[in-house]
Amino acid sequence: MKLDSKIPEGHISQKWTDYKNHLKLVAPNNRPKIDIIVVGTGLAGASAAASLGEMGYNVKAFCFQDSPRRAHSIAAQGGINAAKNYQNDGDSIYRLFYDTIKGGDYRAREANVHRLAEVSGNIIDQCVAQGVPFARDYGGLLDNRSFGGTQVQRTFYAAGQTGQQLLLGAYSALSRQIGLGRVQMFNRHEMLDLVKVDGKARGIIARNLVTGEIERHSAHAVIIASGGYGNVYFLSTNAMGSNVTAGWKVHKQGAAFANPCFVQIHPTCIPVHGTNQSKLTLMSESLRNSGRIWVPKKKEDAEAIRAGKLKPTQIAEEDRDYYLERRYPAFGNLVPRDVASRAAKERCDAGFGIEANDTNEGVYLDFSTEIQNKGKQAAYAKGNHNPTPEEITALGKQWLEEKYGNLFTMYQKITDENPYETPMKIYPAVHYTMGGVWVDYNLQSTIPGCFVAGEANFSDHGANRLGASALMQGLADGYFVLPYTVSDYLADDIRTGKIPTNTAEFDEAEKRVKDSINFFLNNSGTKSVDHFHKKLGHIMWNKVGMGRNEQGLKEAIAEIAALKDEFYKDVFVPGSADELNPELEKALRVADFIELGQLMAMDALQRKESCGGHFREEYQDAEGETLRDDENFKFVGAWEYNGEDISKEILHKEELKYEFIKIAARNYK
Amino acid sequence: MAKSALLKSSLAKKYWMALTGLFLCLFLAGHLAGNLQLIFSDALHFNQYALFMTSNPAVKILSYLTYFSILFHAVDGFLLTYQNVKARPIGYAKNNPSANSSFSSRNMAVLGTLILVFIVTHMVNFWAVMHFDKNMPLQSITVEVMGQKQELYVTTNGGYMPVSQVAKSYEEAMKTGAQTYIEHRTDFYNTQARVKIGEGYKDLHKITVAFFKDAKLGLIATVLYVIAMFVLAFHLLHGFSSAFQSLGLNHPKYTPAIKGFGKAFAIVVPLLFAIIPVYIHFFLK
Amino acid sequence: MSTAKNINITLKIWRQKNAKSKGSMETYKLDNVSTASSFLEMLDQLNEQLVNERKEPVAFDHDCREGICGMCSLYINGRAHGPDTGITTCQLHMRMFNDGDTIYVEPWRSRAFPVIKDLVVDRSAFDRIQQAGGFVSVNTSGNTIDANATPINKHDADKSFEAAACIGCGACVATCKNGSAMLFVGAKVSQYALLPQGKVEATQRVLNMVRQMDEEGFGNCTNTGACEIECPKGISLENIARMNREYLKASIK
Repeated sequence: MKLDSKIPEGHISQKWTDYKNHLKLVAPNNRPKIDIIVVGTGLAGASAAASLGEMGYNVKAFCFQDSPRRAHSIAAQGGINAAKNYQNDGDSIYRLFYDTIKGGDYRAREANVHRLAEVSGNIIDQCVAQGVPFARDYGGLLDNRSFGGTQVQRTFYAAGQTGQQLLLGAYSALSRQIGLGRVQMFNRHEMLDLVKVDGKARGIIARNLVTGEIERHSAHAVIIASGGYGNVYFLSTNAMGSNVTAGWKVHKQGAAFANPCFVQIHPTCIPVHGTNQSKLTLMSESLRNSGRIWVPKKKEDAEAIRAGKLKPTQIAEEDRDYYLERRYPAFGNLVPRDVASRAAKERCDAGFGIEANDTNEGVYLDFSTEIQNKGKQAAYAKGNHNPTPEEITALGKQWLEEKYGNLFTMYQKITDENPYETPMKIYPAVHYTMGGVWVDYNLQSTIPGCFVAGEANFSDHGANRLGASALMQGLADGYFVLPYTVSDYLADDIRTGKIPTNTAEFDEAEKRVKDSINFFLNNSGTKSVDHFHKKLGHIMWNKVGMGRNEQGLKEAIAEIAALKDEFYKDVFVPGSADELNPELEKALRVADFIELGQLMAMDALQRKESCGGHFREEYQDAEGETLRDDENFKFVGAWEYNGEDISKEILHKEELKYEFIKIAARNYK
Repeated sequence: MAKSALLKSSLAKKYWMALTGLFLCLFLAGHLAGNLQLIFSDALHFNQYALFMTSNPAVKILSYLTYFSILFHAVDGFLLTYQNVKARPIGYAKNNPSANSSFSSRNMAVLGTLILVFIVTHMVNFWAVMHFDKNMPLQSITVEVMGQKQELYVTTNGGYMPVSQVAKSYEEAMKTGAQTYIEHRTDFYNTQARVKIGEGYKDLHKITVAFFKDAKLGLIATVLYVIAMFVLAFHLLHGFSSAFQSLGLNHPKYTPAIKGFGKAFAIVVPLLFAIIPVYIHFFLK
Repeated sequence: MSTAKNINITLKIWRQKNAKSKGSMETYKLDNVSTASSFLEMLDQLNEQLVNERKEPVAFDHDCREGICGMCSLYINGRAHGPDTGITTCQLHMRMFNDGDTIYVEPWRSRAFPVIKDLVVDRSAFDRIQQAGGFVSVNTSGNTIDANATPINKHDADKSFEAAACIGCGACVATCKNGSAMLFVGAKVSQYALLPQGKVEATQRVLNMVRQMDEEGFGNCTNTGACEIECPKGISLENIARMNREYLKASIK
């Protein structure tokens, strides 16, 4: 396997424009002769399907949910970055590009990231034109907020529901194309394999989740936009159905899988409450604009809190350790996610955690300072220059409610605690996966005709993703990159004609799928799928989580291999193949998660450095900061599938070149 | 498109419900004003009003509009309800609707049907009598002339006509030799010339009083009428402000006022209506 | 959480093999449910128990489990998304129930939402309504005017957002005694009607969306207001009024 990133020549600011100008086109009269499959209808998938449908291609879109509008992009809370410089604080395309590369700890491709920054402004224009109701100021213009890892306000938002509004915007564009008959939508369908003909991606095998029917769909190109694989940890902020199956099947058919160990652990989630917990809930990073993170300075205070003998409000100001402000004075509570997460883990590991769960993992996110500050401002703005403390507190709470009301309510519903009165408890949780299917500059995988977009690919976020940039990437890929690069690929297919589905290749792929389904349904096991999924998650979180070391990773690899055997031997899947069967769906997904988990541990083991979200305990400086090794590890680790035994996968390296950014140690102090 | 939209669509049906409903509210107000004369005025004035209501051409148009509104409101209501029932073929095993909606809002169809039954009964009792009853009495007054009681018909031009001298029909007049007889239920005719010499008032007042004071059925009628007004009150409690919502009139500033007025209207109008039969049955001498 | 305790409950759940078969309410006992669990975590626990007993687990729709995707449904003890307000079923916590409670769990009931299996219903009618007009007809080229070229009054933008916050879960239909979808359609119509971008096609949009809504077999709105109370996102009845207004305007044009 040869990795050709196809990065165009020229100055970074001209690469994309020049490249676009020389891509091949498909004339409008030829587009209806060409079929395209899009798997997934999140920001990347929906925007790609809508754009390609609008261009005139025959598009078939697939989602496993009951409607394309449910894709997990909908859950993104905080916002979307764009280099508009509306706030006049010195923002530019270059700065967004620079911040994203730096935020990714210098493990992303320059050219891809610059393109992302270039089209970021268009995304906002496009969304506003579609009727996405972004937050506005009293002058009627768009409002911005700041996010972790940056010093400008470039984040556009719609309360705490930005992902929802953007996805509904893309969904409306997709709906329009479905209504016009240019996109055929397959709800409650799951892609279970890729079909290759003559080495090219030419179709998929999908299961109708309602009837259980195994369907063959052919196309001239296949776009995978199926999201990330955070659920390999069982507990994550991902949706319950989020899975790696589409990406993993493509990998098994020959697409390289890049940087699987790069996982983002989000610092502000609600801590784990118990063993029956099914998922973790994110509290928007935007809260770090107003909240201060702390744990008690004294261990005995932390113990007393956990025992329920002390309340956080009883801890005096001087007995609180605002550890982010202490360690990173320049960025304070707004350090990037990986830094904030690790700092929380460091404090909890040292015994200062405040949550009374099995692991004592939890820290405080405190709004009392903000209540006082904003309350005072609000009083002054009202002309009251001598406000009483009660007035200040009331006004401050009012300000918080306007800004974060829905988040605070959500927190209270889940935890039964009032965050206006007592600090929120938070702890990091698996949130996003930077790794994914390896793609070139065209977003094409190593299988010709198989494109991968959004979180499912690996391309833009390096080893750590900055807040508010996932939404940006999803829409950039779907609206502004794939329509060009997919057309370029399809220009050679105008004479191909319809791809038949009654061929040996389809027979073979369908047999693989049916065999797998029959195996699970006929397996005489004793344990539920969740039993194995939880076990996998346990191994992953403890050994391939926020802190990793050689010994743990080696153990993880062995334990996962053993778990895989046990899974196939002892899993019990009730029901039949020809009906809605959620247990069967889970079994097929978990089978892929187990294999991926092993690869993640292998990838983490080979990367003998700490960078971004990948923290190898052996590689840290005296202050516990990441120690990157640019000499030996400035590459994308792309794995090639090599048979059932995952430990046999072959690592390929794509060297990263930094021509326009001076590579440096990341410093947020 | 637009035309069928105004007739067939779910929203259009709602507009018609709202418009006819609001018109019927106006009708109720007018009807109440008239009926209150049963308490606050005398029989003559009431009957004069009744005549005006049955003969004035403008009122005629309004009355046709009212009949139409009642019919349309009912038919449209049945149609909507039929569709609504069809929209949920299988119901819930356990349902707790009182957690999110008021009794009246959930039972508009039942309340409306009861009101329709009431309207039909009410029209048979009074409207039909007024319009078609051959034996409808005419308004008369009793005066004492030289220590003797004498009954006089009151004519619309302000004159009087002794009851004893008026025959019920021409045939009777021919037999008894009465100077005057009644033609077309209300017209006084001269027997010789057979020309109209005056007109009487239909005595709706008398009919009404007799109806509620009836020894056998008066109490039952009174109670049933009061119950009917309760039903009307609940129907209005939801219907009045709901009509504004259906027409798209929902405004953060004005809607609370509309709702407040609607509630007051729903309580006051049926209450005053209900007082009338109670007053007649129990207090009218 | 230190305040969490375990309770034992009885569940009465609608079981239906598939769209064609007849279903019925079945009774299950479930012990040791933590009050810190969400309602769906409780159902996970039941399913785990059923799988261990080699019985078929209960099928129910769910995905994000943080109240935003709109996939979860369930009519719990006679109310859409259960006894709490302002939340979806996935945000409902077992602390709302007591030890020994009997809890009824049923699917959304509407002709337009046929049951697929157990508690899973088909809500694609909502998609079709959206496809009939729930969009602004702009191409996705990105060659539109600058996002700040048209200032939009903050009040309208906020109102538009509040309408757009609808998650399309169908609780409005489920709770409405008439099975009416007007809160859903009203919210979509309102979102666009309040923005200059959406005004261009306002006439066609409202006519087409209402036509599709009627064809799907939803009931009519009788303004009971139940939908507004049960809506997990607090979508206001104002949006239905706005749709009524828009439709009236469009019909007489």
